[in-house]
Amino acid sequence: MEREKIISVKNLTKEFGHFTAVKGISFDVYKGEIFGFLGANGAGKTTAMKMLIGISNPTSGEANVAGFDVHSQADMVKKSIGYMSQKFSMYDDLTIKENITFFGGIYGLSRIEIKQKIAQLIEELELQEVANNLVGSLPLGWKQKLSFSVALLHEPKIVFLDEPTGGVDPITRRQFWEMIYTQAYKGTTIFVTTHYMDEAEYCDRVSIMVDGSIEALDTPKNLKEQFKVDSMNDVFLKLARNIE
Amino acid sequence: MKTILFIIQKEFKQIFRDKSMLQLIFILPILQLLILSNAATFDVKNIAITFVDNDQSRESRDLINAFKASTYFKVTAPHFSEKEAVEEMQKGKTDIIVNIPVHFNRDLQKDQKASISVSINAIDAATAGVENVYVTQILNSYNQNIQMQSKYFSENKEVPQNIMVIPSFWYNNTLNYKTFMVPGILVLLVTMLTLFLSSMNIVREKELGTLEQINVTPIKKYQFIIGKLFPFWVLGLVILTVGLVISKVVFNVPMLGNIFLVYGFTSVYLLLILGFGLYISNHTETQQQAMFIAWFFMVIFILMSGLFTPIESMPKWAQSLTLLNPIRYFVEFIRMVLLKGSGFYEVLPNLLIVTGFAVFVNGMAVWSYKKSN
Repeated sequence: MEREKIISVKNLTKEFGHFTAVKGISFDVYKGEIFGFLGANGAGKTTAMKMLIGISNPTSGEANVAGFDVHSQADMVKKSIGYMSQKFSMYDDLTIKENITFFGGIYGLSRIEIKQKIAQLIEELELQEVANNLVGSLPLGWKQKLSFSVALLHEPKIVFLDEPTGGVDPITRRQFWEMIYTQAYKGTTIFVTTHYMDEAEYCDRVSIMVDGSIEALDTPKNLKEQFKVDSMNDVFLKLARNIE
Repeated sequence: MKTILFIIQKEFKQIFRDKSMLQLIFILPILQLLILSNAATFDVKNIAITFVDNDQSRESRDLINAFKASTYFKVTAPHFSEKEAVEEMQKGKTDIIVNIPVHFNRDLQKDQKASISVSINAIDAATAGVENVYVTQILNSYNQNIQMQSKYFSENKEVPQNIMVIPSFWYNNTLNYKTFMVPGILVLLVTMLTLFLSSMNIVREKELGTLEQINVTPIKKYQFIIGKLFPFWVLGLVILTVGLVISKVVFNVPMLGNIFLVYGFTSVYLLLILGFGLYISNHTETQQQAMFIAWFFMVIFILMSGLFTPIESMPKWAQSLTLLNPIRYFVEFIRMVLLKGSGFYEVLPNLLIVTGFAVFVNGMAVWSYKKSN
């Protein structure tokens, strides 16, 4: 059975002056999968992702996300996706409820829907006691979980997570991945970048970007067999070393 | 529309959450209005004057006493040599040196004529001119026969005594500086506050990273911009109201014209300033940069607004530059309406120009605001 492609990228390139950050990458992501987007710092992951979420215009090439072209139909793409950046980006001077209200509001949810979402979210994340506290006062792990939930407020088809677990303790990371699995199980496609190779093992498929190009793309199991190693960590090191 | 309301709600929450900022927004302008309006006066007072009395006669002492009696002068201890007095001037302790020559008394008695020399510190030429007039007046009223040899400029103007000038001052007949300054300073405060707040607002979200989060939402440019700027527009009108109340209650500034006209004009004017702030915000990466640029323009706008120095006395090229200065039009407008009671048709040119600027600046601002790059 042919699986439904939800992201389709062909020869996507981004140049900054003479520097080519992303060198004509091509790949597909299927509906409902957890797609790991790996690469060292500066490999071009974030740049590629920014093109997919419609805030960076490709220099050349095409990308189709949720059935829309990222360049010409950016607003339609934006309606269909959620995004959580590596930098915490909710308002520290607003409470949890106020943040949810605001982001729900700009995604076009009605006041009633927002109220329901707030109740549901606070229940799920067990934030009852801090719901009226300023977001700035929350521990980082809670903030990340909250960001993830807010990225899902408008029930997007795909959610993009840019290093969602950076600087978070192992227990919270574990919980975070449980949330990702729950969401994937509901049919949401997850596109996630990470530095943690143990997290790469959790993904359905991973791509590894080195120096602006995708050097490997397969399931973690196949990749380990292909490079004849025991862990994703070694796959990554082998790839990165080859380039140097 | 609904989306805009969510943004406005969020902006107001953030403004009111920051209590210290809120105090700054409201208390600082009030303080500035009270202080500046009293301090920014063109009256030349407390002029330091010193005498070199070479004559040491009753007449010379009378002359010095005539200056001591004047409220405009502060007479410092007399000196016995010109050199000493000049040193005082160098140190900045005196602005005028009056040198009374030997035989001053004798000449006056004998020839009905005597001359004294007056040296005026003319670094600030405008002040020096005023001081010269004051000195001349006191000398003349003391004795018509004293000839003043002013070192900073000498003119031998005989004022024919049979002509008397009775000036009549229109619109501000008591020549009250505050009446003249308060509306202008109010304009500055409204402008500064809204320009600074709006230019820092969006760039702040850039710094925090929240702007990126906004940019990945399907929100439309115009929704975001209106939602962002509307709270500051309201704030500007509130500050204007507070300022007008203070002008009336504390300074008793006359308000001859229609107050709704003032609000109407300010509403358009604020759009211009906010659009400019947004434009600055779009082209900067940090709040420091935004603040620096906003200040740069603000200083030029203030000095070339005609508030402190009359535009008519600027060189031609500078006068042409002031045509681009929004504050100029607002200062002109508010003085016309409050002090002269001008109506809609008299201020229409100003209104049209400001409207034109507002459309242009906001067009540029919206165009330069990019959700993607």
